[in-house]
Amino acid sequence: MLAIKTEGLTYTYSVGTPFEKTAVDHINLEIEQGEFVGVIGHTGSGKSTLIQHFNGLLKPTSGRVLIHGTDLWAKDTDRRAFRFKVGLVFQYPEYQLFEETVYKDIAFGPVNMGLSAEQVDQQVREAAAFVGLREEILQKSPFELSGGQKRRVAIAGVLAMNPDILILDEPTAGLDPKGREKVLGEIKAYHKKRGNTVLLVSHSMEDIARYAHKVLVLNRAGVMMYDDTAAVFSRAEEIWKGGLSVPQVTRIFSLLREQGFPVNESVYTMDFAVQEILRLLGKEASHA
Amino acid sequence: MLRDITIGQYFPKDSLLHRLDPRVKIVLTLCYIIMLFAASNPIGLIIGIVFLAVAYGVSGIPAAMILKSLKPVTPVIIFTAALNMFFIAGDPIWSFWKIQITVQGLWTAVVMSIRILCLIAGTSLLTYTTSPIALTDGIEQLLDPLKRFHLPVHELAMMMTIALRFIPTLIEETDKIIAAQKARGADMESGGLIQRAKALIPILIPLFVSAFRRADELALAMECRCYRGGEGRTRMRRLKIQGRDIICCIITGFCIAAVIVVNLMAPHLIPM
Repeated sequence: MLAIKTEGLTYTYSVGTPFEKTAVDHINLEIEQGEFVGVIGHTGSGKSTLIQHFNGLLKPTSGRVLIHGTDLWAKDTDRRAFRFKVGLVFQYPEYQLFEETVYKDIAFGPVNMGLSAEQVDQQVREAAAFVGLREEILQKSPFELSGGQKRRVAIAGVLAMNPDILILDEPTAGLDPKGREKVLGEIKAYHKKRGNTVLLVSHSMEDIARYAHKVLVLNRAGVMMYDDTAAVFSRAEEIWKGGLSVPQVTRIFSLLREQGFPVNESVYTMDFAVQEILRLLGKEASHA
Repeated sequence: MLRDITIGQYFPKDSLLHRLDPRVKIVLTLCYIIMLFAASNPIGLIIGIVFLAVAYGVSGIPAAMILKSLKPVTPVIIFTAALNMFFIAGDPIWSFWKIQITVQGLWTAVVMSIRILCLIAGTSLLTYTTSPIALTDGIEQLLDPLKRFHLPVHELAMMMTIALRFIPTLIEETDKIIAAQKARGADMESGGLIQRAKALIPILIPLFVSAFRRADELALAMECRCYRGGEGRTRMRRLKIQGRDIICCIITGFCIAAVIVVNLMAPHLIPM
């Protein structure tokens, strides 16, 4: 079943003023249930605008958004219910923390869902465990935590709603390498366990190459590519020319191919790169 | 969305009025207000109205903007007019039970209404044609003499500038926080008064936290660049009185003189 489907989705900011700008232009997209999709694109390519359509925060200027086959902007759709089905973690989500304790902040979503006290408690504790927050942190004020911890509390606040579709807008921006790895690992583990759909917006090609099954490349308010990770990075040259970076290993391997080495065209992880180089060396060794 | 609200009311254009020295504009606006209240007969008021109309014409500000500035004060105008109309003693032209309208009352009501309308439209013209930064610059320099009395003029102006500078930033921030809390199912559109007030907490707390954080960071950044108040500080854009400023002053001076002369020559045009 399709988790997300858009038909001619277009969104224009400040219609009718000199500041009019089309951020999303006729996007047709189909995302299957259970996929882990990486979303990349320049600043201003429409990533953030696009994802805010998936939980009905923005109303399309034209076109339709369907979540699990339901048109979000049809007359009888209860859009608030879809906010819980489609969990959206914004950029720098730690700036939205407001409660007295971490526990209460994570519980904000589930309480809004109208769940029973036990169910809220269970979902809060599960979400906290997923992002590696220890029991004693739950009773602290979110404002005394470190930056990385705050970020994890904010992510847990969305995970606690147990969304079918989880969308994260640059969840690792501003974190140190260790923090990044941890946060992404937790998201991956969550995806594996729940089997839900995950959309990960990121500037880091390395991160996307490592975690995503499919990659959505946005360029100038439209879709440039949407395909399996291997297929997308096999067109590294195109992405590179479009002004986006590709993972460093992919760049190295496309240069190697230019030099005439017979290496695979879609190398995007370290492990695969090592394999390829060993294969190549083995071949050369046998030649000599 | 919140970002559609225009704050500061500056209407960027490149007209003679926009290019005038902000100090001159502030002083002339004050003069204009005095002129309005000095004008006590119809000819004087007409001079005031024509002066304003010409100024708006020169500035290139669309007429719709004048109406926009007048809209919030209409209740005040109606209230004042009603008070004047019913409570000024004189020769009655219409009476019913204990209520009576006098010639004098009616006249005062009309005059006061015109004065307030011109006053608001005139001061709005100042903010329409002057950017907030230029305005604070002008105020700072006009208040300069008060430094002798140990009034922290520069600091006040700096505070105003910073406050104005951060209005759009905070609006953007508010937008983001609202979106984020809505994404967690915050319900801001339904419920009674108390419920709606409660729904503001998840927005106001992060907003305050971030405003304090920004203030802290800004203070640090200013200190890093050795900011230590106004003493010995020079400015990049020096305000200088130019030919056009003098010409505008002369024109305004003439109008004020005309109003005074009209007042003296024809004081009996008023039915009092």
